[in-house]
Order: sequence, then C-alpha cells, then structure tokens
Amino acid sequence: MLTYVLSRLLTFIPTFIGVTLISFSFIRALPGDPIVVMAGERGISQERYLELQQQFGFDRPIAVQFWDYLTGVLHGDLGSSFVTKRPVWDEFFALFPATLELSVCAMIFAVFLGLPAGVIAAVNRGKLFDRLLMSTALVGYSMPIFWWALLLIIVFSGNLGWTPVSGRIDLIYYFPNPTGFMLIDSIASGQSGAFLSAVRHLVLPTIVLGTIPLAVIARQTRSAMLEVLGEDYIRTARAKGMSPFRINGIHAVRNALIPVITVIGLSVGTLLAGAILTETIFSWPGIGKWMVDSIFRRDYPVVQGGLLLIAVMVMVVNLTVDVLYGVINPKIRKR
Amino acid sequence: MTLLRIRNLSVDFATASGSFRAVDSVDQDVDTGEILAIVGESGSGKSVSMLAVMGLLPWTAKITADEISFDGQDLLNIGTRARRRIVGNDLAMIFQEPMSSLNPCFTVGWQVKEALRFHLGLDRRARHARAIDLFEQVGIPDPEKRLSAFPHQLSGGMSQRVMIAMAIACKPKLLIADEPTTALDVTIQAQILDLLAALREETGMALVLITHDMGVVAETAERVSVQYAGQKIEEQPVVDLFERPHHPYTAALLDALPEKATERMLPTIPGVVPGQFDRPAGCLFSPRCKFAQANCRTTPPPALGPELGYARCFYPLNTGERIAS
Repeated sequence: MLTYVLSRLLTFIPTFIGVTLISFSFIRALPGDPIVVMAGERGISQERYLELQQQFGFDRPIAVQFWDYLTGVLHGDLGSSFVTKRPVWDEFFALFPATLELSVCAMIFAVFLGLPAGVIAAVNRGKLFDRLLMSTALVGYSMPIFWWALLLIIVFSGNLGWTPVSGRIDLIYYFPNPTGFMLIDSIASGQSGAFLSAVRHLVLPTIVLGTIPLAVIARQTRSAMLEVLGEDYIRTARAKGMSPFRINGIHAVRNALIPVITVIGLSVGTLLAGAILTETIFSWPGIGKWMVDSIFRRDYPVVQGGLLLIAVMVMVVNLTVDVLYGVINPKIRKR
Repeated sequence: MTLLRIRNLSVDFATASGSFRAVDSVDQDVDTGEILAIVGESGSGKSVSMLAVMGLLPWTAKITADEISFDGQDLLNIGTRARRRIVGNDLAMIFQEPMSSLNPCFTVGWQVKEALRFHLGLDRRARHARAIDLFEQVGIPDPEKRLSAFPHQLSGGMSQRVMIAMAIACKPKLLIADEPTTALDVTIQAQILDLLAALREETGMALVLITHDMGVVAETAERVSVQYAGQKIEEQPVVDLFERPHHPYTAALLDALPEKATERMLPTIPGVVPGQFDRPAGCLFSPRCKFAQANCRTTPPPALGPELGYARCFYPLNTGERIAS
C-alpha cells in the first residue's frame, strides 16, 4: 500500500509541472497588462511603467520568467500579490477555510441525500419515486448554477425572508476567527445566536454548490446499485433469508460504493470550480471569489498560485479516493 | 415422508415480446433424506422451478401452482417475512458459480456467520465456534485462518465448499444444489459431489441435485426427474431410468452419452428445444422424436402412471409391449 501511494505521488510531478505551465501561460495570454490595470483610469507615466516592469521582471524573456517562477514554487515561494503585496500563500490560507467549510457542507449535503436517494430509486426501479427522482436529478444536473442561485435567493431570501442574501455571518456578531471555520468559531465565541446565524448563511450556498454533485451522485448510485442487485451474491444473500433492508443496505451498497466514490472524488474538482461562481454570487469570502477578483486585476502570482494549490488539492483528493477503493473492496487491494 | 410437495407448478416470465412459460405444470415430491436429481438441457426450467420454491425469482416471474408445501408449511401463499424464516434455515440452496455467488466485499467468515446470527441467534463466540466446525465439516483446511479470507483469495472448489458450509449452517432439512459442479474442474467436481453425499449421510437432509450431467446423476442420485422445455416428462429411480427409460427423450438423452459412442461422431438428438415462439401444439418433444405419430403433434400427452415413470408420452418405450392409446 505504501509503495502504491509513493508511486502515485511520483505521478504528481508531471501534473504539477503541467499545471504551473498552463496557469503561467494562460494568465499571460489574456489581454491586459497588470501594470496598466493597477494604475487604473489615471493612467501611468512611461518612466514609472518601465520601472515597475523591471521591478516585476516583465522585461526579461518569458522562459526566464517561468524558470524563476518554477524554482520559486519548488522552494515553497508562490510570490506575493501585486495588489496587496502579501504572500499568495498567506492569502490563500486566510481564505481557504471559508471555501473548505462551504465545500464540505455541500459535499455532505450531496452525499447524504444523493446516496440514499439513489439506493431507494434502484430498489424501486421503474416506480414513481424512481422516475421522479431521476428526472429531478437530470434537471438539477443541467441547471446553470448562477440561475439556480438567483432563483433560491428570490424565493427564500426575497419573498420568504428566511435566509440572508450574502456573507458568512450577520454583522452584529464579531469575534476572532482562529480556525477560519465560521461554524466552529461561532460556537467558540459563545455569543448567543452566532452559530444559528452562521448556519443560516450557509444554507443557500450549500444547496447551490451541492446540487450538481447531488444529481451526479444520485444517478451514479442508482445505476451502480442496479448493476449490483443483479449479481449472484445478492441472490445468495436472499437465499440465506436476509431481509431486503440488510441486502440492499449492506450487501449491495458496499459493492455499489466503488463507482460512487469515484464520482464523489471527481465532484471535488467540480465543487472547487463551482465554488468560484457560488462564492461570487453569495459574496462568500473564499478562494473562488479571490481567484475571480485576481483574474480581473491581472494579479499574476495570485492566479498562478491559487490554481496550483487547487490543483494539488484535487490531486490529493483523487489519491485519497484511490486508497479508499482498497478499503471498501479488498479485491482491489491486491495490486 | 414427503418433505417438499409441488403440484401443478407453472412459472411465466413477462418478457418484452410477451409471456414465456419456463415451467409448465410440474409435479414434484422430495422425500425426507433422499437425493433427487433433476436433469434436463439448458432452458428446461429445472432451476426455475426450484428458484420458485425458494422465492428467489425476479418480479417478472409469475408463479401459479395448486400446491407448494415444505415440511407441512404452505410456501405458495406465505408472506415474505415468514418465508425468510424458512429459507436459509430449513431450506437452503447453493448455486452454479461459487466464485460470483460470494460477496467480494466481505470475508467468507462474515458471510457464514450472518446466517447463524439471524436464524439461530447465536452470540459472537458461538458463531465463531460453529463457523469453524462448519468449515471443518466441508473439508476446508485451516478453518480458523480461512474465516478471515475474502472470496477472491479462494479457488472455485474452496468457494463452493464455503457456499455449502453457508447452506448447511442452520442444519437444513432440504438442500437444493443448482449445478454445483458445472463451473469446477473435473477432479474438484467429484470431491464436491462426494462431500454433498457424505453430508447427506451425516445430517440426514434431503438433497435436490439440479444438473445436466448424466454421469453425476448415475453416481449420486437415488431418484431422477427429467425435464424438457419446462415440463417434467419422466421420473424414475435412478437404476430403472438408466435401464428402462420410458420417454423417448430420456432414451435419446441416454443414447447421447459420450460413453456410449461407438463411432467417431458423437450421437446427438436432432433439432433444438422449442423456444418462446415455436412451442408445438401437442407433445413438446414431438418435432425431435423419431417415434412421433400424427396425434403427438396435435394433442399434448398426459402423464402416465408411476409404473411407466409418469412419462408424458402416448407411446412409451420399454413397456414390454407398446401401448396403443
């Protein structure tokens, strides 16, 4: 198992170089000059422009710039933001807990609804619940995130007034943020109502971000379950006189989990991409919003560094998923 | 004493192209402690009738019968909950593909102990002890270690032994073995059959052996029921059946045994088993039967008496003189 993990870690190297190269070149391929953007509408004098260009190293050949960036990254230096002058690393970890909190909640929402829904649909194949669920899942999967978010805001925040429109917590609460996770910090602060406020702020973004993974997981669970339910060992379990609940819930689900875990792993990538939209709509102060803002500002180090860290995160999640396969199905452990 | 009693059992499958009758008015008795073999070609309905008894058919199957009773209990109109108390307990079944019949995600010990827990309510320690006993009984070496093995770590023969251990865990009165040796090597086949016969001697359970292998029948069975295209066409004690088959199909089947071949070409029965759309109006075997007469093709023959092996035939063989109906 250890050699397997190590060999997988080796494959990270080419992916890593690829991601740095792509993020480095794509942000430069975008029209717009970071120095001009920083100067804003006032404009900038020719001397000052050249001075800044030299300071940021834009006057040197592009290959040298990439080499500098790559060596910096390998030394753990992602550079500093052009705008805030703070290290990318610090900014990322200041904002990441917000994204992580939202993503984890969205994933929990998607898994805890999607998995049972898929199982129930498969067991009741062709019946009303199955048809209803599968058509709903298709709608959920095809719906544009921003439109779905706006709909929910109009209904639940606008018309019903149940949930806030944006942010992580009501402004009347103020407390230090040692962990960066609002749910934890609000409890730690001891202020009454703070936790509830944090939860109410989380509800809509969670639903919006979790909808696509929910639909994917429900559909995948259903099809995996249908396949497993036709297997010989399910007949064996029935021949043993086991109850349908035990057969579906233990014998079948365990086997159906492999493809489901795969889509859950893949959903993490989608989730981080979806977080960019969701965070922008709900003014959620996470890395998604940070990335979007940085792209508009042509803040090269932030975009490069942020993309790289997200990519590393996705790679780590995928590796975790591969390790989980072996835990669920011992047959895969034998490689 | 009759343990399992089936009267006029029919099973119809709803298919995309209409209803298909897989089992057609079958009567079958299994006595306490006996070994009954059900033989027939693929698709003759031999497995389906036993799956119907077990309640393991998919929802597309429609079961009709005058009676299905096991050990004095009606299995035809029984509730699913009550059936689960019998199935896996007094009535057990093993299958053709041992490798795919075991759940790959759980240890074989877990799978064996599961039945002990739900049917007998044994505690953890008693379950473990009983599982080791069972593994020893079915001839699995080093049972303590094998209990924690996963199915993919076992060979086909070992898997079938595990399946047998699982099936006999609750000391069933009847074990249905659905082609238990088909997927195994020839040397392992004999071992598994010997094991089943030995277990029958030890425990006194009855054994239904579903097979298409006449060699297996001759070696193991006491009574033989021959099925063709969903119908039971003949039933006799094993020696009588091999000596004096009454139904032309049984005779043709015995003539087709490779052991009897005298020429380079193996003898065969011409034609194929009728399918969904070419079921004959009369005797189902009539299109392939060399003795068929005009009435065979128009009228389905009723089953004859026990002295003629319940043969469904107007012109049974080996009667001394041929009975003209």
